[in-house]
Amino acid sequence: MTQGMSLIVKTITRLVTSFIMLFGIYIVLYGHVSPGGGFAGGVILAAGLILLLLAFGKERTLTVISHGDSVTWDSAGALAFLAVAVLGYLAGDFFINFLGHGQPYQLASAGTIPLNNLAIGAKVGAGLFGVFLALAIFRPGRRQEEEK
Amino acid sequence: MDPFMLLLLALLAFMIIGSLIAAETEDLLSSVVCVGAVGAGLAIIDLFLGAPDLAITQVVVEILCVTILIRVVLTRKDETHRTHKDTFAVGSVLLCLGILLAIGAWAMTALHPFGEPLLAGDQAGVAKQYLANGLADTGAANYVMAVLLDYRAYDTLGEATVIFVSIIGAYVVLRQRGRLRHDTGNEPDR
Repeated sequence: MTQGMSLIVKTITRLVTSFIMLFGIYIVLYGHVSPGGGFAGGVILAAGLILLLLAFGKERTLTVISHGDSVTWDSAGALAFLAVAVLGYLAGDFFINFLGHGQPYQLASAGTIPLNNLAIGAKVGAGLFGVFLALAIFRPGRRQEEEK
Repeated sequence: MDPFMLLLLALLAFMIIGSLIAAETEDLLSSVVCVGAVGAGLAIIDLFLGAPDLAITQVVVEILCVTILIRVVLTRKDETHRTHKDTFAVGSVLLCLGILLAIGAWAMTALHPFGEPLLAGDQAGVAKQYLANGLADTGAANYVMAVLLDYRAYDTLGEATVIFVSIIGAYVVLRQRGRLRHDTGNEPDR
């Protein structure tokens, strides 16, 4: 059995995936200006990776991002969020917005909020993709049945 | 009645019918599709009520959930079977649900009317403060993010921790290496 789905699905996926990822990154980056934010953007990123996994099969996708990579990004996002929170002590207290507010409605505004969005986006995207990967590649039950 | 309310009630009826079909149908795949329809209805309601952040999150999470559920359903054999319906049990459950529904409907009359939240009235506290000072305090044009990641960032840290722990839990349940089987004395395979 060849990995993944038919040629039509693979071609469409090749065309569409980059746009999905771009849209996810946009939603994460502009979370403080327009509707969206780290969580929604992260889920969109995970959905793009899952489309890749479903269309091309796990062998091809694991060369792009392995399960270890997703675990690393998940943990790094969580730690980055916590680091931004702890860095608030520079201004006096936990989670203080220690950066300048900047010009409203611009990308570089709102202090630490875009940083938090980036951290949450990486965390949620990598985490949800990792869970899907775990569902797709971990097969403990079937293996035990084969042994019997 | 207000046509907007009628639209909301129609969407609500759509969602209730969808969830009933999802709970009652024999085919697992159509059940999953109905769950997706319920989520789509909720996203449309969010949009009409002026909550685009929620609508985006709802849509993408619903798509992800339906994808995962379809993946699980397609690779698994359908093992549903009819259970024998006990008339007395079903009747008593329906009776209790009816009593609960009546009490709930009576309790709903004591609530504030829909569309006029308590925090927007005279007792306006933090909500009005956020709306008045959000841009000056945080610099974020999207007030939802201003509340989520600045005023209430500590709550968001808790939510992120919940997601992190649940993902770790999923890895533990789904992990590749089996547990040592001490009772049979077998070596773990790999």
